[in-house]
Order: sequence, then structure tokens, then C-alpha cells
Amino acid sequence: MNTIIQVSNVSKTFTLHNQGSAEIAVLNNVDLSVSAGECIALTGPSGAGKSTLMRLIYGNYKAQSGAIKINDVDLVSAEARDIIRVRRESLGYVSQFLRVLPRVPALTVVAEPLRAVGVPEDDALERAANLLTELNIPENLWSLSPTTFSGGEQQRVNIARGFAHPYPALLLDEPTASLDPVNREVVLQLIRSAKARGAAIVGIFHDAEARARVCDRTVDVDNFTVANSA
Amino acid sequence: MNENDCLLSVKQLEKRYGPHIGCQDVSFDLYPGEVMGIVGESGSGKSTLLNCMAGHLKPDTGEVVFNTRTEGLRDTVTMSEPERRLLSRTDWAFIHQHARDGLRMGVSAGGNVGERMMAVGARHYGDIRRTAEDWLERVEIDTSRIDDRPATFSGGMQQRLQIARNLVTQPRLIFMDEPTGGLDVSVQARLLDLLRSLVRDMNLSVIIVTHDLAVVRLLADRLMVMKSGQVVEQGLTDQVLDDPQHAYTQLLVSSVLHV
Repeated sequence: MNTIIQVSNVSKTFTLHNQGSAEIAVLNNVDLSVSAGECIALTGPSGAGKSTLMRLIYGNYKAQSGAIKINDVDLVSAEARDIIRVRRESLGYVSQFLRVLPRVPALTVVAEPLRAVGVPEDDALERAANLLTELNIPENLWSLSPTTFSGGEQQRVNIARGFAHPYPALLLDEPTASLDPVNREVVLQLIRSAKARGAAIVGIFHDAEARARVCDRTVDVDNFTVANSA
Repeated sequence: MNENDCLLSVKQLEKRYGPHIGCQDVSFDLYPGEVMGIVGESGSGKSTLLNCMAGHLKPDTGEVVFNTRTEGLRDTVTMSEPERRLLSRTDWAFIHQHARDGLRMGVSAGGNVGERMMAVGARHYGDIRRTAEDWLERVEIDTSRIDDRPATFSGGMQQRLQIARNLVTQPRLIFMDEPTGGLDVSVQARLLDLLRSLVRDMNLSVIIVTHDLAVVRLLADRLMVMKSGQVVEQGLTDQVLDDPQHAYTQLLVSSVLHV
């Protein structure tokens, strides 16, 4: 099988220099690989390190050791500009909260990842409009900044943005949380379509039924926590 | 040159003010289209570093190598003054914190933009005026204000005019010194949005000095953290802000007030 995301021997410890140099060891020797078309769920109790692992895979946290490869680029040793290129072209991330510049309209926010890879403006806006329609964001909101939207609407804009460009690798942090049943179905369908086109997906789903419906296997992050792996 | 050729390479740059260190041991490479933020508290050496790179201050040691259009890699520290001045009118631009330092306050808005074009050889009045109008539109200044002096503009408009004046000659590298400092937050957001789209559309490389971490998070790909004239940490912006490794960066990030 074609491996897209390959995490090997990754460990993560936070050192808090201004709090008595406290050391918080979170993950130890994580090994994980995700193939094209596969969706895996990270599981484990709160504080086990699910979000930490996801942020490591996105290059948002710095791994102390090991390798995190997205196709053939190792994010642990890559230069900033290479990580940015991987994120632009290959690695999508739907975080729990939408972070946008104030004043930028929702439609532009969703089209942005496509514009960044050189899709012409009209095509990017059309794709964005389709996604917003699919996710039931009323058309009269498209020209407004999502900073003023409700929590659920913001999350759907965030999801639309994450699915605008067909990333080969996709990270989803609680994509169905706080969605109504109709929109939850839409998101699960988006995940299934992404798998069908060959995306490798890593997700955190507290919604057990959603997890069962889209994920091929689960990885218990508790197995990598320092207390359990020592 | 292509995307993989470095645009600016700073090597071992050092500037002292007598016994006091302005900046020391600064090295990095900047590539086309990259936006690098430099943060640090007042007196950390970030403005000294910016001014050394932009040719406003002469560093004591080190190189600032720029990939010029015609002659390839050139050390701008050792090039002649006229050559450096030509560079700062063409391939380089400098956005000052206070727009009045970067504008000619006694000249009309259109004149401010046109002057930069004339400095690189534009002579046709109609073309200059049309381009000036086009740039006023791009920075969202009503073209009916083209003949007004910037002194009659608000702070945010002056800053946008300064950007138009600097970008009209299609530079490849922009130095920015606290470009949103002193503007109220709604004006800041508009300016950041504008800068972001210009950076993308023109594939600009930018070095932006600020003490505002929110500004670098929104604008910069990479971040360099300075303390006492030295670089204590550098890397991908969100990584440095969300997982700071150095004690000083941790202090800086944890000191930000959230609203």
C-alpha cells in the first residue's frame, strides 16, 4: 500500500523554562503509518496526547526525535519553507477553531487554499461556493467575515476550507463536534469522498458513531504516553 | 533566478554602538515569496538589524548578499552608495512605522506614487497618473483623493499610501518596520489583509519587524526571536509561537494578553 503519512520513533517533551524548568514528557517512540485512502482515529483519554500528536504531524509542534514524513518530506528536519510548501500542497488540517483575518469574507476564506496552489480565482470561488452550499451556510453570509458567525457556522467554514483543496494527507480535529445531524452527515460524506480519492486521514473523533462509520482502524495514543511505554 | 535561488542571504551580521551590542551573529537565508517576522522587546536589536540589512546603517562586520536581477549575488554592504541607492529605489522597498517618514507630506497622493516611478525612468504623465490611480485603488484609497496631500489623510490611509508608493516599482524585497504600530485595531486588520494579498499576488519577500505577535502570526511564514542583539530562536512562525523552545520566547508568548 502507498504510505502517505509515516511517523517513526517520535518523542515529545515540553520544557517550561519559566516554571522551574518543569519537564512534561507527553509522547514516547510513536510509530504510525497511514496509507492512501485510509482513515485512522486517534483515541485515548483526555491528556493522553492526541492533539499533541496531531500538531506534531502538522509541524506545529517540534519533535525532539524521530521522523514525520508526508510523502517524502521529513517535517522534523525540513526548513520552514519546505514545511509551508508541504502544508500548501499536501497536508490539510481542520483544527477545532477557525482562525482567520478579520474582515475577509467567508467565501474568500474557503477559496484561499485553492488560490495558494494557483487555482484561478473564478474556479476557486466556484469550488468554495459549492462547499458552503453543501455545508448549508446561507448564501447571504458568504460575503461576511466568519468572525461574526455562530460557533457551528464557523466550524463549517473551517471544514469547507479544509476540504477545498484535495490534499493527499488530511488531519481532522473533532470535525463533527457541535454539528447538527444534517451537517454531521455532510461532513462524514466529505470524509468518505476524500478517502475515495485516496487521501490519508488522521482524525480525533469523540463522536464514537462517526468514528466507526469513517475510520478503518484506531490507534490508542495511551500506548505511546511516557508512563505506559517506559 | 528561480524559486530555489535564495533572494537574500545575511551572514554573520554585527553592529555595535561603542561597547554596546546592537545586533550580533545574525545569519539567515530568505527565499522568494517568503515573509519573515522579527520579534523581540524594545532594545532587542530588531530595528538595528533591519536598518543594517536595508542599508540605512553600516554593519561593523558581516554580509548582506542580495540576488540582483542583472548581476546575480552581490554583497550590498560593500557595493557603492549609488548602486545601493538604485537598489532601494527598484528591487527594495522600506515601509516605515510612521508613514510621514516614508512619504513626502507636501506632495499630492498621486505625486507620492508618481515620484517613485519617475525615479526609475517613467516620463509619460498620462501613464504615471493612470498607474498612480490604479495603485490608489489597490490600497483602497478613493481615487478622487489623488490630488490631495497626505497630510489631509487619516493614519491608516497614510500607511496605505506609503505602501502604494513603495510597491509601484514592483520591488522584490520589502523591509517593514512596525507597519501597523500606532494604528487602531480595525485599521490594522484592514492593512494586514491588504498586505497579505499583495504579498501573495506579487510573490513578494518581506522582512517585518514588530513587537506584535498577532501580526506575525497572520503575516509571517517564519519567525526570528531576538533578545539583547542576538537571535535566540527561529523557525516556522506557528511552531515558534505554539511550541517555543527558548526561555525568552516562552516568556514573550505567555505574556500576551488575550481578549
